[in-house]
Amino acid sequence: MLADKDRIFRNLYGLHDWRLAGARARGAWDGTRALLEMGHDAIVEEIKNSGLRGRGGAGFPTGLKWSFMPKEVGERPHYLVINADESEPGTCKDREIMRHDPHILIEGALVAAFAMRAHTAYIYIRGEFIRERERLEAAIAEAYEARLIGKNNIHGWDFDLHVHHGAGAYICGEETALLESLEGKKGQPRLKPPFPANCGLYGAPTTVNNVESIAVAPEILRRGAAWFASLGRPNNTGTKLFCISGHVERPCTVEEEMGIPLRELLERHAGGVRGGWDNLLAVIPGGSSVPLVPAAQCQDLTMDFDALAKVKSGLGTAAVIVMDKSTDIVKAIARLSYFYKHESCGQCTPCREGTGWMWRVLTRMAEGRAEREEIDMLWDVTRQVEGHTICALGDAAAWPVQGLLRHFRSEIEARIAARQAERGARASAEAAE
Amino acid sequence: MSVRRLDPNQPESFAFTPENAAWAETVIARYPEGRARSAVIPLLWRAQEQAGGWLPEAAIRHVADMLGMAPIRALEIATFYTMFQLSPVGEKAHVQVCGTTPCLLRGAEELKAVCKRRIHEHPHRRSTDGAFSWEEVECLGACVNAPMVQIGADTYEDLTPERLEKILDAFARGETPTPGPQVDRQFSAPAGGPTTLTELDYEAMARDYAARAGEAAPSAPEAHAATAGQAVASLAEASAAGAVAAAMADPPAGEDADEPANAGEGAGEGEGERASEDEGTRPVGLAAPRDGKPDDLKKISGIGPKLEGLLNELGIYHYDQIAAWNDENAAWVDNYLAFKGRIEREDWIGQAKTLAAGGETAFSARYEGGEAPAKEEAE
Repeated sequence: MLADKDRIFRNLYGLHDWRLAGARARGAWDGTRALLEMGHDAIVEEIKNSGLRGRGGAGFPTGLKWSFMPKEVGERPHYLVINADESEPGTCKDREIMRHDPHILIEGALVAAFAMRAHTAYIYIRGEFIRERERLEAAIAEAYEARLIGKNNIHGWDFDLHVHHGAGAYICGEETALLESLEGKKGQPRLKPPFPANCGLYGAPTTVNNVESIAVAPEILRRGAAWFASLGRPNNTGTKLFCISGHVERPCTVEEEMGIPLRELLERHAGGVRGGWDNLLAVIPGGSSVPLVPAAQCQDLTMDFDALAKVKSGLGTAAVIVMDKSTDIVKAIARLSYFYKHESCGQCTPCREGTGWMWRVLTRMAEGRAEREEIDMLWDVTRQVEGHTICALGDAAAWPVQGLLRHFRSEIEARIAARQAERGARASAEAAE
Repeated sequence: MSVRRLDPNQPESFAFTPENAAWAETVIARYPEGRARSAVIPLLWRAQEQAGGWLPEAAIRHVADMLGMAPIRALEIATFYTMFQLSPVGEKAHVQVCGTTPCLLRGAEELKAVCKRRIHEHPHRRSTDGAFSWEEVECLGACVNAPMVQIGADTYEDLTPERLEKILDAFARGETPTPGPQVDRQFSAPAGGPTTLTELDYEAMARDYAARAGEAAPSAPEAHAATAGQAVASLAEASAAGAVAAAMADPPAGEDADEPANAGEGAGEGEGERASEDEGTRPVGLAAPRDGKPDDLKKISGIGPKLEGLLNELGIYHYDQIAAWNDENAAWVDNYLAFKGRIEREDWIGQAKTLAAGGETAFSARYEGGEAPAKEEAE
């Protein structure tokens, strides 16, 4: 188990002062100037060496992403945009950072912006997080007041940090949709290339990073890449906030080491699966967009990018949704399909039409109102949506359905058979009358 | 996507109050010149608040005018983003019930049933007295506190149908019940108390910080800058001092790893005394690593490449050097590195003693292994 001294989010539960003084006592803003004195490229290099992979879901190496920014600032300014549009079902980790430890995010924003030669950063927070936004704005005001950020601040790098909010659109968590939204448009993703590092916010070089990725950066620099890399497993390093929801005794958010076994994670922190480990039906290990993993594969499952990819799922945002044997698994996934139908931006036909189609078919299947052939047809549709859209929402809508069909096909078949048998019995009863 | 249309009954006009108009100017100033349009969501949101929780067409047009946008562009925003309510909502409360799978698994349907029974069979319709309305929304990002609802700016979490009824009763009386988890738990910590963050001494951290802030009067931020600046300025000086002290501190090459006794308590005290005679409290440094082979100080938990570099510049290259520090040395280095309190907090000296004696700490084992860090280690 991760030792407390290696935990980065030391006020995860809001038991202590979130204000500047409290954050400083816990180690934030400690020698930040010395961190900046490492130099732009040395910071990027150190983050690369730490093995940090983006915490927003895709797991792209953060240092590498930073290195894509131009080394010289040309005519257009550089921007850092922090993605706080936390909307992936199951995920509620950035919320805890913003409301209980906002200063480590602000310090991270300064360090990351410096590394990428940006003087301006925007935090795009989802509209529903009203209290979190107020908290963040208050903390930013404190940081300006103490001249930690702003013009002529004590760190010698002019830096303005603004909070911008959305108004209820999951798609704005996709980085180019987020930029569109920040520019005052509908959140419809852009074609890539050009990538944001070349042509992002207002056409200027931009990097979009998740809140958690940015918040861990100062601690990595202070304690060294080797410290962070020593936690977890190769290619899956460091600590991670896990959100454990669903059918566990005590749902919670907790910071743990990457690669922790699923069972240990659930039993140590969340009181285990409701009704005991043997009552487990399946887990969705990384937020709604990743395929579920059935109980049979959960026994020795470890929670990291590579191990979960091996079971055809993913770590995503490390939001573990646990489902016990009382779950109507078809209905649970059908509800996710409804989510994607609701949140599709409508730009690409396969997603706009496909998400509604998948939801309607799955809703029928949950009640057995379907034909067996439709199972293969549904699979086919998921394959036609996946990979045929501008952004990954199409994939994200297809994968949970694929996971269901892969592992619970027999369940759907049984429901269809039961319904047909019932209708057959009724028909013969009517005929007998 | 969802179909969203403007309400058939619209007020004649809308204008921001002077306070809101002034606030809008500050929001527009957050964006570069010519990019006022970026402010459209915050402004529409403020307009919705001013209009009583929903967004009339006149307000959309007003905001579009302010930002120099074609009205259709603002209308697109208002219909695309689902937090903009296009019809009037309940005067006392508009209840947003999260219905997505994590909440579904823990009873969101029962919460919806309460809303249907008490407010209206259909979402987005007002109760007969106009006081309440409800809707099912997609994941609100409080999944470990499921099931939950949002009313206004606040979330009510870990709900039961009974508890939701009580909350609605309170709103009906014109009260605002206490938001957050509705069971005995600390935000997202597991019920019954956190399983982590129990070993850290937060009081000591606060005391340390108070001492730091106090001794560095007049005000914390400036003092902070001074400390950091001083650390940089004195680097050159330190390497020179290191060279002077080198001869004395230099034991025969190659023996540091073979002689655990060197790193023991006796040796530590001896070196500490010498250091204080020569340098006050500055620890003795070497001009160069013995045998040209510095120890990997990064094996000490808390020391990264940056700190290793600074220590090297102080002439500190070996575990036994750190192991030999006395309290005053530690305090001096602490202060010098502007990371005050860390040496003690992370027990560098203890770690260095172990490493100098050829042993390994839980951290160094993991650091070295890199590939397969020990999972079961308990610290």
